[in-house]
Formats: sequence, structure tokens, C-alpha cells
Amino acid sequence: MLDYSILIEHWDMYMQGFSNTLKASVLALIGSLAIGTVMAVFRIAPIRPLNWIGAAYVEFIRNIPLILIVFVFFVGLPAIGIRFDSFTAGTLGLTVYTAAFIAEVIRAGILAVPKGQMEAARSSGLTYLQAMWHVILPQAVKIVIPPMGNQFINLVKNSSVLGVIAGLDLMYFGDLISSETFVTFDVYIFVALFYLLLTIPLSLGVGALERRLAKSR
Amino acid sequence: MDFVGAYAPAHLKFLLEGFVVTLEVAFLSIFFSFLIGIIIGVLRYSRIPFLSPVLAVGVETIRNLPLLLIIFFTYFALPEVGFKLDKFYAAILALVIFESAMLSEIVRSGLNSIEKGQIEAARSSGLTYTQTLWHIVLPQALRRMVPPIVGQFISLLKDTSLAVVIALPELMNHAQIINGQNVNYVIPIFLLVAVMYFVVNYSLSLVSRRLEHKHT
Repeated sequence: MLDYSILIEHWDMYMQGFSNTLKASVLALIGSLAIGTVMAVFRIAPIRPLNWIGAAYVEFIRNIPLILIVFVFFVGLPAIGIRFDSFTAGTLGLTVYTAAFIAEVIRAGILAVPKGQMEAARSSGLTYLQAMWHVILPQAVKIVIPPMGNQFINLVKNSSVLGVIAGLDLMYFGDLISSETFVTFDVYIFVALFYLLLTIPLSLGVGALERRLAKSR
Repeated sequence: MDFVGAYAPAHLKFLLEGFVVTLEVAFLSIFFSFLIGIIIGVLRYSRIPFLSPVLAVGVETIRNLPLLLIIFFTYFALPEVGFKLDKFYAAILALVIFESAMLSEIVRSGLNSIEKGQIEAARSSGLTYTQTLWHIVLPQALRRMVPPIVGQFISLLKDTSLAVVIALPELMNHAQIINGQNVNYVIPIFLLVAVMYFVVNYSLSLVSRRLEHKHT
């Protein structure tokens, strides 16, 4: 039987961790959507050097561990005089990492829009960027929503690396509570439940969207 | 930044030793996860009353939890209930729990991608359900699963770095030990470690892409 008094007595700490986990995930999502969109457009824009930058970013970041990127922000940059607090370092690391995956999702979405759309937009006088912004991206959005949802689920789970650098998230407070109470098992079961509270509804939502999209095809 | 000092032969050797542990943990974990993943995937595909739904709940729960939490659990929480594991095995157990859930989903969608007509044809030519699964469905599905499994292995190789929290002597841990000696080593070491992960993972992703083209 779980010891619920731990949950009740440390409710404020759990809540603080929970809200910081949510905050880091949402901030990183916004940041990685911005970087990811830019990188995706870079990869398919008709300008060679931009293609290279986009491809280099995506391939390099996707193939190295998240925790390494977080350490670069938390330990690496301070070594050359650029300092962040742990929450910021963690969130920046998450952003840089997730952006590479989001760039791929967006790129696939853009490529799924028929080529004729771009040609039609260009020949009616829009510039490349206008055509991208007003014609292609709005259509790509519908296609990318389910995979984007999956990326957000991963982001919520990955935000747990903040705990490694004392980033004030759920994992960090779990650690703190277990060192205060000398209980580990129950403390982490409650931590797990808080994560599931975020990820299970997201998973169910993504699953429903995928099925709806599959039907409409 | 001190590139010369950071890349001293002793440090390079130490990093390589760490990388060997990373690869070892990754290979052992993918091996066991693959076996368990196939079993779970097949059992869920076969829609066995009671068992399949229970497995579904288990898989969904694991997939929706952070791996880091599972590592904490196998290393710090299990001893509390009398199940004490060495770092190495705690890390492998955590990875196997997490990856089996991930791989079982790959197996299941691979099985689901085989046309129902093939099963009906096999069954009506006299094969039992198990025979059909073993001789007709699994071999075809396995071939389709190879690219996503390689992808999952890349994730796994990256994820072993999370075992740095339990001080498993893998690549990240060794990098952090060298970094602790001199602040000027930090950036050169992170750069080198990133390149090490990148070279292995990128090569794997190229293999996976080639396999994908072969099958489509």
C-alpha cells in the first residue's frame, strides 16, 4: 500500500515540480517550433547553403544525446563565461534538441503538400516566402498536428533531464522529497503518476487525431 | 579552451573505455528488448482475452513515462523492496523495460501491416494459427520492422547517456570526470563526445535509410 501521507505532506513541492515541468515543456515547444520551422524551410528552400545548414543542424542534433546538449548549456557555456540558471539551461537544451525533430516533422508536412500549389502561388506573383507562409504552411499544419503531438509527449518526458541539473522540475522535487523522507519507492510512484497525468491524455488525443485523419483520407 | 590538454592520450583512452560500456549496455538492452518486444507484440496482436488488454495498459504506461524515471526506479527504488541491482544491471533493466514497450509497438504495427488475406489463405490451406504466425506473418513483418528497429537502436544508444545519473561508467560519465579536472577541457571534450555519438548514430541511420529504400 502506498504511503499517501507523503503525497499530502509534500503536495506543494509536487505541484511546484509539476508546474515547472509543464512550463519547461511549453516554453521548449514554442522555441523548438520556431527553430524547427526555420530549419525545415532552410532544408527545402531553393538555396544550396541554406539546405546544408538545415541538414547539418537536423542530422547532428538528432544523433547526439539530449543530456549532452543540456550539459553544454549548463557546464560548457559557463566555461567560456556564458551563464544560465539551471531551469533556463535545461529548457534551452530541450529546445535545441526538440527543434531538430520538429524540423523533420514540418519538412515532411511541407513535402506532403502537392507541388502544384507552390507553382500556382509563385506564378500568381507571390514571392517564395509569401507562398510558403500563406499557401504551403497553412496546409502543412493539418498534416503535422498528430506527429507534432507525439513530439510534445516526448518533450514532456524528456523535460525530466532538468532533474539531472537541479532544474526544479518534477524529477528534481522527487529527488528532494525522497532525500527528506528517506522513502524512494512511493515518492517516485507519485512522480510517475504526475507524468502520466500529462502524457496519457496527450497520447489518447494524438491517437484519436490519427484515426480521424486516416479515415478522412 | 585547451584542446591539446583535453585530447591527451590518457583522456582519449578513458573516453573510449566509456564508449565501450555505452555500446555494451546498448547491445545487451536491444537484444533482450527485442525478444520481449516480439513476445508482447505477438500477444497483443493475437487479441487474447484478458492478457492482451493488460499488456496494452502496461505498454502504454511505460511508453508514457520518462526513461530517466525508470532508471531512478530500478536503481534507487527497487532496493527498498529488497531487489538490489548493480549499476550496470539496473541501467540495463531500465532500458529493457522501456525499450521492450517501444519495440512491442513496432512489432505490433509490423504485424498489422500484413494483409489479412494472407492469414485467411494460410489458415484455409490448413495451417494452424501459430503456424500461420510463425511461417507466414512474422517473417514478412520482421523485414518491414528492420528500419524502425534501427531507429529505435539509435535512440537507445543516445539514451544510455541518461545512466550518468547513477554514475554508470559510460561515455557521458567519463566525459564528466575529465571535465572535472580542468574547466578548459569542458568544451573540447563535449565536442569530441558529440562527434563520437554522431559518427556511430549517423552511420546507423544511413544503413536504416538504405534498408528502407530496398523494401519500398
